[in-house]
Amino acid sequence: MSKQAQHWEKTRNLLFVTLAIWFVFSIGIFFFGAEMEASTFRPFGYPLSYYMTCQGSLGIFVILIFWFAGRQEKIDDEFGFTEREDD
Amino acid sequence: MIKGKFIDNLPKIYGIYTGGFLAFIIIMAIAEQAGMSAKLIGIFFVAFTVLIYALIGWLSRTMQTDAYYVAGRQVPTVFNGMATAADWMSGASFVAMAGGIYFKGYGYMALLVGWTGGYVLVASLLAPYLRKFGCYTVPDFIGTRYGGNLARLSAVIVLTVASFTYVTAQINATGTIASVALDIPFGVAVYVGLASILMCSMLGGMRAVTWTQVAQYIVLIIAYLLPVFWISNKMGAGVFPHLMLADEVARIADLESQFGLGSIKNSAADLATVPKGLAGITKAHSEVNTTPWKFISLAVCMMAGTASLPHVMMRYFTTPSVRTARRSVGWSLFFIFLLYSSAPMLATLSKLSLMDPNLATGIIGKSISEVQSIDWYQNWNQANLMFVSDFNGNGTLELNEFFMGGKAVVLATPEIAGLPYVISGLVAAGGMAAAMSTADGLVLAISNALSHDVYYKMINPKAETAKRLIVARVLLFLIGFAGASIAALEIQGILGSVIWAFDFAMSGLFFPLVLGVWWKRANAPGAVAGMLGGLAAGTAYLIAVRSGYPGFWGVTQLTFGIVGSLVSLVLMVVVSLMTKAPDSATQKMVDEVRIPSGKTVLGKQH
Repeated sequence: MSKQAQHWEKTRNLLFVTLAIWFVFSIGIFFFGAEMEASTFRPFGYPLSYYMTCQGSLGIFVILIFWFAGRQEKIDDEFGFTEREDD
Repeated sequence: MIKGKFIDNLPKIYGIYTGGFLAFIIIMAIAEQAGMSAKLIGIFFVAFTVLIYALIGWLSRTMQTDAYYVAGRQVPTVFNGMATAADWMSGASFVAMAGGIYFKGYGYMALLVGWTGGYVLVASLLAPYLRKFGCYTVPDFIGTRYGGNLARLSAVIVLTVASFTYVTAQINATGTIASVALDIPFGVAVYVGLASILMCSMLGGMRAVTWTQVAQYIVLIIAYLLPVFWISNKMGAGVFPHLMLADEVARIADLESQFGLGSIKNSAADLATVPKGLAGITKAHSEVNTTPWKFISLAVCMMAGTASLPHVMMRYFTTPSVRTARRSVGWSLFFIFLLYSSAPMLATLSKLSLMDPNLATGIIGKSISEVQSIDWYQNWNQANLMFVSDFNGNGTLELNEFFMGGKAVVLATPEIAGLPYVISGLVAAGGMAAAMSTADGLVLAISNALSHDVYYKMINPKAETAKRLIVARVLLFLIGFAGASIAALEIQGILGSVIWAFDFAMSGLFFPLVLGVWWKRANAPGAVAGMLGGLAAGTAYLIAVRSGYPGFWGVTQLTFGIVGSLVSLVLMVVVSLMTKAPDSATQKMVDEVRIPSGKTVLGKQH
C-alpha cells in the first residue's frame, strides 16, 4: 500500500473515532434525557440532563477538537505530510 | 510603540484595544455617577464602538484579491478563532438565546448542543481540506472539485438562499438595538445599522471583516460575561456562577411548584390582551420537557447546518496553513463556549431575580400597582417588552400574570438586578457587535460568491483585478441594501429565520461538501442533483408544513433540513453512480486535498 493510502486509512480511522465520541455526546446521551435527570450523579449539584446541555457536552466538544487536531498532526508527521513553515 | 509587521503585533494591538475599552467603561461609570443621563450613555457606547470598527475597516482597505477574499491567508490561529466566534455568534445568540432558555428550558437547549457540536464536524470533515484546496469561496470549492459552471451556480444558489435568510435577521437585530440605544425609529435604525455594517467590509473585504470581528468579539464577550458575574455575586449566588448555581436552579423548581406553574392556565380571552411577542413562563426551568427525538432532531439540524454555512467555512480559508485551520476550529469553539455556557446561567439569574420573593428584586407576589410603579417596569413596558395584568382580580401579581419579551432577558436583567445603567449601555454595545459581525460575514459571503464565482468565473473571466474588486463592492452594497429593505418590513422573528438558514444550508450543501472530500466517486451531475434537489425538497416541506400539512417523522418547520439533506444524499449517490466516474485528474485532485503538505489545488491568485 502506498504511503498516501496508509496515511488516508489512518486519517479515516481517526475520523471514525472522533465522530463516535461526537455522536455519544451530541445525540446518544439525549435519548436518555429523563434517565439523566433522575440520575444521582449531579455534577456541581446540577441535574445531569441540565448540566450536559449547558456545559458538559459543549466542553467535551472543545476538548475533542483539540485532541483530534493533535492526533491528526501526529499522523501527518508520521508520513511526512506536514506542511513546511515557508509554504 | 508598535514596530514591525502588523501580524506580529496583534497581541499587543488588541491588548491595548481591550484596555482602552475597559477604560472607556470606567469613564462612562464615572460619568454616570456625575449625573450623565442614561440615554446619553447608551448613545456613547454604541457610537464609540461602531466608530472604532469603522476605523479598523478603513485601516484595512485593500486592492488585492487575496487580501480582499481571504485576508491574505495570514490570520493566526487564536485570532481567527475569535473572529469566527464573532462571525458565528449573531444577534440571536447574544440577545435571544438566554431568553429562549428562560422561556423554553431544556427543549430549547438542543440549540446550544447543536451550535457547538457542529464544530466537531467542521474540524474533522471539512475545514482542513477546504483550506488545502485554497479556494476563495465555498462555491469555488464545489465548482473546481466537481467541475462545470452548473455545479458552481447551484452552490451559489444554495449559499444565497441560506445566507440571505440569515442576514435579514441580523440587520433586523442591529436595527432593533440601534433604535433602542440611539432612540430613533426602527425604519431609520435599520439603515443606520446597514451603514455601520458596510463601513466595516466595503473597503477591505475579508481582511477588514477579520480585524473588526476580533474587535467585536472582545466587546461582546465582555458585555455578556460582566453582567453575569456581577449579578451572581450581587445576589450572593456564587463567585463563579457557571459552577455554583445548582442551588438557584433547585430554588426555581421549588418556586415554580409554589406558584402553581402548569396548573394555573390563562384563558384565551385573557391571553388576547397580552401584547404580541411577549410570553409568560409556562415551562419548567430545568426539567426534561421534551421528547428525545424532538431534542435530537433539532440538534442534528443545527450541527449539519453549522458545517454547511459558507460564512463560517470561509473563515478557515484565511489561516496560514492546514494545521492552523484545524487548531483554529478548536479555538473558535472555545471562544463560543465562553458565551454559550453563560447563557443558561444568565437565564437562571434573571428568572430568580424576578421570581424569588426573598430577593428585593422579586416581583411575583407583590401587588400589581406596586410593580407598575417600578421604574424599570415602566421603561420596558414602554419598550413593549414587559407586561403585567391582574387576570384573577386579586390585586397581586401571580406567575401567570407576568409577561416578557425574549430579548428582555439579556437587555433588561442588569437593570432589574439593580446594576448601574453603564452595564445596560455595555450590553447594547455587545448586542450591536454580535449582530454586526455576523451580518458582515454573511453579506461578504454572498457578495464574494456572486463577484468571484458568478461574475469572474462565469461571466467575465478576463476581468482585471481592479474591476473584480469594484464589482465585489457594488454587490456588497446592493445585497446589504436589499437585506435592510426586507428587514425593515419585519416579517418574522430573529430566531425563527436563523434556524431556517441552518436548515436551508444543510439541505443543499452538507452532503455535496462532505462527499466532495470523502467520496471520490461523487461527480458533477450527482452534486448538482444533490444541491438543487435537497434545497427544493427542504423548501417544499417548509412551505407544506407552514400551510397546514401535518408532516411526517415529527419533522417540523424548524427541522426541515432533515428531509432536505436526506433527499440530497440519496439523489447525490444515485445520480453519481448512474453517471460517469470523475476523470483521473479530478481523482488526483481529491488525493492531493487529503494531504496537508504541498501546494494548494488552486493558486495563490486565481
